Amino acid sequence: MAETATVRLRNAALRFGDRELWGGLDLDVAPGEFLAVLGPNGSGKTSLVKVLLGLQRLSSGTVEVCGRTPQRGSTHVGYVPQQKSFDRDVALRGRDLVRLGLDGHRWGIGLPSRTARQRVDQAISAVGADSYADAPLGKLSGGEQQRLRIAQALLGDPSVLLCDEPLLSLDLHHQQATSALIDERRRATGTSVLFVTHDINPILPMVDRVLYLAGTKWAIGTPDEVMTSERLSELYGTQVDVLRVRGRIVVIGAPDAAHGDLDGSHHHHPVDDDHDHDHDSSTAGPHSWV
Amino acid sequence: MGLDVYLRLPAVQHALIAATLVAIISGLIGPFVVTRRAAFAVHGVSELSFTGAVAGLVWANNAVLGALLGSLVVATGIGLLGVRESERDAAIGVTLAFGLGVGVFLLSRYHASARAAQNILFGQIFGVSNGQLVLLLAVAGAVLLAILVLYRPLLFASVDPEVAEARGVPVKLVGLVFLFVLAVTVTEAAQIVGTLLVLSLAITPAAAAHRLSVRPAVVAGLSVLFALLASDGGLLVSLTGLNSTNVPASAFITAISFAVYLLARLLGPRLVRRRKVRA
Repeated sequence: MAETATVRLRNAALRFGDRELWGGLDLDVAPGEFLAVLGPNGSGKTSLVKVLLGLQRLSSGTVEVCGRTPQRGSTHVGYVPQQKSFDRDVALRGRDLVRLGLDGHRWGIGLPSRTARQRVDQAISAVGADSYADAPLGKLSGGEQQRLRIAQALLGDPSVLLCDEPLLSLDLHHQQATSALIDERRRATGTSVLFVTHDINPILPMVDRVLYLAGTKWAIGTPDEVMTSERLSELYGTQVDVLRVRGRIVVIGAPDAAHGDLDGSHHHHPVDDDHDHDHDSSTAGPHSWV
Repeated sequence: MGLDVYLRLPAVQHALIAATLVAIISGLIGPFVVTRRAAFAVHGVSELSFTGAVAGLVWANNAVLGALLGSLVVATGIGLLGVRESERDAAIGVTLAFGLGVGVFLLSRYHASARAAQNILFGQIFGVSNGQLVLLLAVAGAVLLAILVLYRPLLFASVDPEVAEARGVPVKLVGLVFLFVLAVTVTEAAQIVGTLLVLSLAITPAAAAHRLSVRPAVVAGLSVLFALLASDGGLLVSLTGLNSTNVPASAFITAISFAVYLLARLLGPRLVRRRKVRA
């Protein structure tokens, strides 16, 4: 497996100033593997994505994506950002967004091309977005926009798909549809998936392994190995209870690792998005995954 | 005099060429200004090109050169001060207030012609000399080239900066270059409609186009078309019998521009909604 790993980290560490997000991280992601990246706010999940995108350098250690140091704009990597709605008035159709994933980074105006059009059409069909691909992007629902983002990310047929909280603010139906789409794709084409999320439950059936970041520590293994009271208590250094309720994982008592500190991984969202979600349980701590 | 007589005058021909060039480049940058929510930056740069123009008059008797240099300095300032989007408007406001104060000071030291100052603020389209026309042509060519080269990365960075950066677009650099292009365009437009009325060419046509289509290419085309309609149309109207009291062309340009916007707002929702239902 190590021979063909699409993502490889060795003794990797990331520090901002004197604050270490994670250190000594060793990770091999196999082709077609579905890896969930979990952890509280400020644990460096998004920063890990930025490292793999080539937007953030490691403080120490090495990182390889498809055998090479990550570089901005690499065609080996597809990226689905945090679900954030577009302006209602943005002058773009769904297909224009997908097209940007093909050649939006190139200079010039880009002439109409039949090949490009076909590739965009294929990518749109593959995510089942044909019926609204020509509609104004800003007037589509969050789930529809996210499908188009996935089409955009998969257009270049990447070996690694990086998803940073792609389900945030989607309703349950769209959460399931979106994660099922990603699951089908990685089974069909062997694309590795790194899926950053604060809630493992929507993707629990499809996850092969979990990378759990907390404080400066981390744990890796199958969900059954990592999502246990012992393992998470050890990571957090305090008593944490992991319950299995009707096929869902509930974590109780996990403290917020951010210590109110500014986290380099959330420049664009100084306000903690996660507080808006999953607060339906009165017994849950501030950062439990219900 | 009839319109045909006017059209044979070199001054009028120069003015028409200038108005056309300015409309093309303003119409092209407009959609990006709207998407990037940079209307205030446009206003800031144009107001401060006033300061530059007065400085140019005082020291070199050349308002255009002063305005051009002034707006580039301002664009650099906005680019450096307003790195974060949340700081940008405040940075522009701060620079704008100080710069206008400097402009007022300089104006008080300039006694040669009150008319010159008024022309900077409200536009003087008929005074375009051969040399200015050549300069305008060169600047418009450069702006056109820059927009054509930047087009896709600028669009990407404007609508979806995070993904654009991940895909290798130098988002910050593209933003800064756009600011320079904007500054130069605004300065040129200010010669036609005046620094106070630049928005009527740099925003209004694009805002109207946004109401009518969601296809980026169509929006760009409509924006240029509306800018041409307002700019050349306003100029021609100012020459006809409608204008017996010598109202500056900029008044008609802004009026046409606004009328087109109102029409687009009335018709737009229907057009765009229907398209969605069909899709």
